[in-house]
Amino acid sequence: MKIPISWLKDFVDLDGLSVEDMARKLTLAGLEVDEILYAGLEMPVYKEGEKHEFKTSGIAWDKEKIVVAEIREVKAHPNADKLTLLDLFDGQQEQVVLTGAPNIFHLKGTGMLEKPIKVAYAKEGSTLYDGHAEGLQLMTLKRAKIRGVESYSMVCSEKELGIAEEHDGIIILEDEAPVGRPLADYMGDAVLNISILPNMARNASVIGIARELAALTGRELRKHAQADRYTSKHAQADTLKPVNELVEIEITDPELNPRFVVGLIRDVEIKPSPYAIQRRLKLAGQRPINSVVDATNYAMLELGEPLHAFDYDVLKERAGKKKIKIITRAAKDGEKLTTLDGSQRTLTSMNVLVCDEKGPLSLAGVMGGSESEVTDKTKNVLLEGAAWNFINIRRTAKQHNLPSEASFRFSRGVHPALAEQGVKRGLQYMAEWAGGTIAPGLVDEYPLKPKDPTITVTPHDVKRLLGIDLTAKKISELLTRLEFKCTIDKDKVKSKTPPHRMDIAKGVVGLADVLEEIARGYGYDNIPVTTMADALPPQVGNPVHEWEEHLRDLLVALGLQEVVTHRMTSPEREGRLLGSRLRPEPNNYVRIANPTAPERSVLRKSLLTSVLEIAEKNARAESIAMFEVGPIFEPNGNDTSTSSHRPDVLLGERGLPNEPRELAIVMTGARLASAWDVKDSPAFDFFDMKGRLELLLSGLRLTDISYAAAREASTPYLHPGKAAEVKVNGQVVGLFGELHPLVKEKFEFGESAVSVAEFDLDLLRRLNPTYGIKSVPETPPIYEDIAVIVDDSVEASAVESLIRQTGAGTVTAVRLFDVYKDEKIGVGKKSLAYSLTYQSDKTMTDAEAAAIRNKIVKRLEHAVGAKLRS
Amino acid sequence: MLDKLNEIEKAALESLSSISDQAALDAWRVANVGRSSPLMGIFSEFGKLSKEQKPVVGSAANRVKAALESAEEGKSKELKIATLAKSLAEEKLDVTLPGRTVKVGKLHPTTQQLRRVLDILAEMGFQVYTSREVETDEMNFQMLNFPPHHPARDMQDTFFVEADNRGDNPILMRTHTSPGQIRAMRDASRAATDPLNPPSIRIALPGMCFRYEQITARSEIQFNQVEGLAVGRNITFADLKGTLADFVRRMFGEGARLRFRASYFPFTEPSAEVDVECFVCGGVGCQVCKNSGWLEILGCGMVHPVVLQNGGYDPKVYSGFAFGMGPERQLMLRNKINDIRYFWGNDVRFLEQF
Repeated sequence: MKIPISWLKDFVDLDGLSVEDMARKLTLAGLEVDEILYAGLEMPVYKEGEKHEFKTSGIAWDKEKIVVAEIREVKAHPNADKLTLLDLFDGQQEQVVLTGAPNIFHLKGTGMLEKPIKVAYAKEGSTLYDGHAEGLQLMTLKRAKIRGVESYSMVCSEKELGIAEEHDGIIILEDEAPVGRPLADYMGDAVLNISILPNMARNASVIGIARELAALTGRELRKHAQADRYTSKHAQADTLKPVNELVEIEITDPELNPRFVVGLIRDVEIKPSPYAIQRRLKLAGQRPINSVVDATNYAMLELGEPLHAFDYDVLKERAGKKKIKIITRAAKDGEKLTTLDGSQRTLTSMNVLVCDEKGPLSLAGVMGGSESEVTDKTKNVLLEGAAWNFINIRRTAKQHNLPSEASFRFSRGVHPALAEQGVKRGLQYMAEWAGGTIAPGLVDEYPLKPKDPTITVTPHDVKRLLGIDLTAKKISELLTRLEFKCTIDKDKVKSKTPPHRMDIAKGVVGLADVLEEIARGYGYDNIPVTTMADALPPQVGNPVHEWEEHLRDLLVALGLQEVVTHRMTSPEREGRLLGSRLRPEPNNYVRIANPTAPERSVLRKSLLTSVLEIAEKNARAESIAMFEVGPIFEPNGNDTSTSSHRPDVLLGERGLPNEPRELAIVMTGARLASAWDVKDSPAFDFFDMKGRLELLLSGLRLTDISYAAAREASTPYLHPGKAAEVKVNGQVVGLFGELHPLVKEKFEFGESAVSVAEFDLDLLRRLNPTYGIKSVPETPPIYEDIAVIVDDSVEASAVESLIRQTGAGTVTAVRLFDVYKDEKIGVGKKSLAYSLTYQSDKTMTDAEAAAIRNKIVKRLEHAVGAKLRS
Repeated sequence: MLDKLNEIEKAALESLSSISDQAALDAWRVANVGRSSPLMGIFSEFGKLSKEQKPVVGSAANRVKAALESAEEGKSKELKIATLAKSLAEEKLDVTLPGRTVKVGKLHPTTQQLRRVLDILAEMGFQVYTSREVETDEMNFQMLNFPPHHPARDMQDTFFVEADNRGDNPILMRTHTSPGQIRAMRDASRAATDPLNPPSIRIALPGMCFRYEQITARSEIQFNQVEGLAVGRNITFADLKGTLADFVRRMFGEGARLRFRASYFPFTEPSAEVDVECFVCGGVGCQVCKNSGWLEILGCGMVHPVVLQNGGYDPKVYSGFAFGMGPERQLMLRNKINDIRYFWGNDVRFLEQF
């Protein structure tokens, strides 16, 4: 909220503090100043390299050049119809100024004025905002000839001085404004734009901020200066009927409406408010309307109590001959009310109404109704100040999408004590600015008084939780500054919550609430910096997390780029892949009840689709090799609660989806980056993927790994001849292969094949790694190549495992180095060439190696019909 | 005969001098010191010489032979050097051509940043605790002192998950990692042999969180968070300041200045925001710090008594603190990234730069 400094000064002496000092103190105490807007007051000038603290905007008014002046004579411009010539006195000399201001135009040619008009006058060389430019642009007044008349200075509008973003003419100051005085001294201001946190609702007012500043600087809060005027300056007319003879109040539900207060003022004059009031309202971000409406807004901004003004005569007419009866109650479902923004609202039983016996008058705490609103013709005003249930107001404001100054405050909690103060203050301001006479008394229904808790706090509590040593006296002093009523009993401080705040709870929570106030008052920056004395608990690590991080490292070492994608997708997006079959496909998705977009309406159940989408987005890259590790989401079958559960009972964890972890890999494009000496690199294919998976699994120290052609039904998205499952210890932990051409068609990929893999990490992680390392043999190895011809249908893995079995103990390495097919070796046949390494504890002879080789060849002949190729 | 030898020597050396390759040198050898060379002819004519002439011509012929062989050897070396020089010259590379690279993979920038944060926290004794991303309202809000319809909920716009008849406990996407605080405290307090004396806790809670937002350059629907939680006896706000001072020093460098600003979170009290002096401009004011000189990098506070209680820790005996930060925000500030959508957009041209 926007708080003008000048307004704060009504309540607290801020002498000797710069605007930035105030902003700093407030910010550190939890009232963050987002921006300082200067409207006249001196701005800090930063030297090159000097540290800034706040975002600032606006202008300072030069004290020499911008002053209060008075217009003495209004003449016509000799050559321009729309311009007038003003003769004015700036305190030192007479000046001639040109203006086109519409609010002075009607005086054109009047000549000498009976009563001079006080204005804000800027001399040559002043820096101001350009009143005619779009937005805020600075300009400096220079000498110029306008239609033959020399112009070098001007009378200013609010826009030119940075008070408001719009203007409708020059500023006309109060008659008392002292001619010649620097305008900055007369009405220079700065505005603090402060974020109000949810627990700081009490400070959504000028007094609230003033109280904080007073507490933070140890100065006095002159809180009652204004309120006292209500009873002193304008004595209430005894001749008028007291309000309670005219109006009665009925509250049907004190929980929703703990207090309702009304007062009455008669014979007001609806007119513009004094300029100083209008200026403050504008600086605070409110549009001035008229003296009555401004009084309610001004009192609200000052005190924090939203007020509502009714046209008393409308209520009187509705009541007929009867006494006016105000009733607050819950709305009936479907009941209608036209609010003062002109729209007809259909209400529900959740909403609370202020009614009379004829029907609804306003939507309580949120917005008034149009029928009883104050108009230009209003003579008598009935002013409401009330307290409402903050949750109810919050829900109503949300339901009707009606954020207002009133609902902002009421939905965060306004203390009922403020209702009476607010009505008195509002009436007072009306009397001052709109004239009229305040009728005696108030009608005050107050069925539910809040219990302002008393919290006991000790130096021990402060030490235990804040880590600082404070005496009971110091504790009491800090709290008293914030208007807690404190008594000290030995080392116990009993602090009673002041009747303007609703944020202090009882018991152990209240203690935390009060400790926070002590910490803020003491200053967070003054609290020491210490090391925890509490012993470090046993360190156990997080094996699941660590395993996954290791997995990521292995994947990165294999040249794969990690991606992280959105959890939210749509069934249509995932539909392109025909579903992954790593695990039984859940029928349903976990659906978002309030998605931001249809394409993000469910939680993914295929990690691979997410990675494929990213690969597709990057398809212009010549080579893509990427992976993601993360959760997928599977609805948990039993999420429909049975009727035996009362909906108001917490249902615990039942119905939460499963969040299994998966790994997905996508590779496509060139195997080698093209370069000046690399042209037409082969594309990634099935075996690039498989090789990486082999390295990955060995990196995880897994053995007993086998690969088998995947069953087509389990991998409909893969090329049926290029799809495999990965088994560890006989259990399928992952699937991989090349995308089925028909699936690939649905994505915008280039020509090369797209290889993909997905792994169930919850399975993979649970497999036991093997940590044994074989010693490196010192005897010389014997290398030998053999090639065998087998039927095409014989799987290479079968041949290799036969070789390994037969040569167990001496054949230490088997590497397939060639696969060859040709009519010369027979139709339907293939030649598999292996490079074998023989090695044992003792140096082997060629004859020993040959004997083993013969055994192997015989075994292969026998088992798979192999023939040794010579 | 001696004259003839001199002629042979002279002619041979003369022809040698013009030789510039190995083949010609080989031919020269055959022609001049080979079996049928004129020099060897002299040796074969030896028998015809007189007894007096024999030693004279013999020594002269041997001298010529040695001279020619040595000249050949010299020439051969010379040729080798010349050949090497030539081939070295031919092998000269344009060293400014680009090097041959290998395809490397990298961790996603958010993983890298999470690791940086978690590594520092691990050294400080805060161990990783992870928990689920889809949560109940109870765990995400109510247990953390956000009652239903509390205005603090406005600070965390929430994605809800479709589920019937759950009343005030709907299923939702967690808006912060804080439900993990409750889960971790309950794990520890329920496993404690003495329920009145549960163990101290020091954990780091990393993970993806979700907020109902429109996706723009400034806001995302999902983001990572890392929280730290310490619960024990006599843990104070001063300890919180000490712990975070350590963390900030490790994270942002020895000279990093920080300040604690009062703030509000429902699950901590007192609460604070921690600002670090802008590391882009050194506090002078720049676009990154919006001319304030400070960067908001952490939220923290003393664990709220209600939260301790809900976790199974008696707030009259136990106290603790919690702090939270956003790895993406840290990356954006540090690397002057002005569009948060880059992270889940995963354009490789972005990812490769980390």
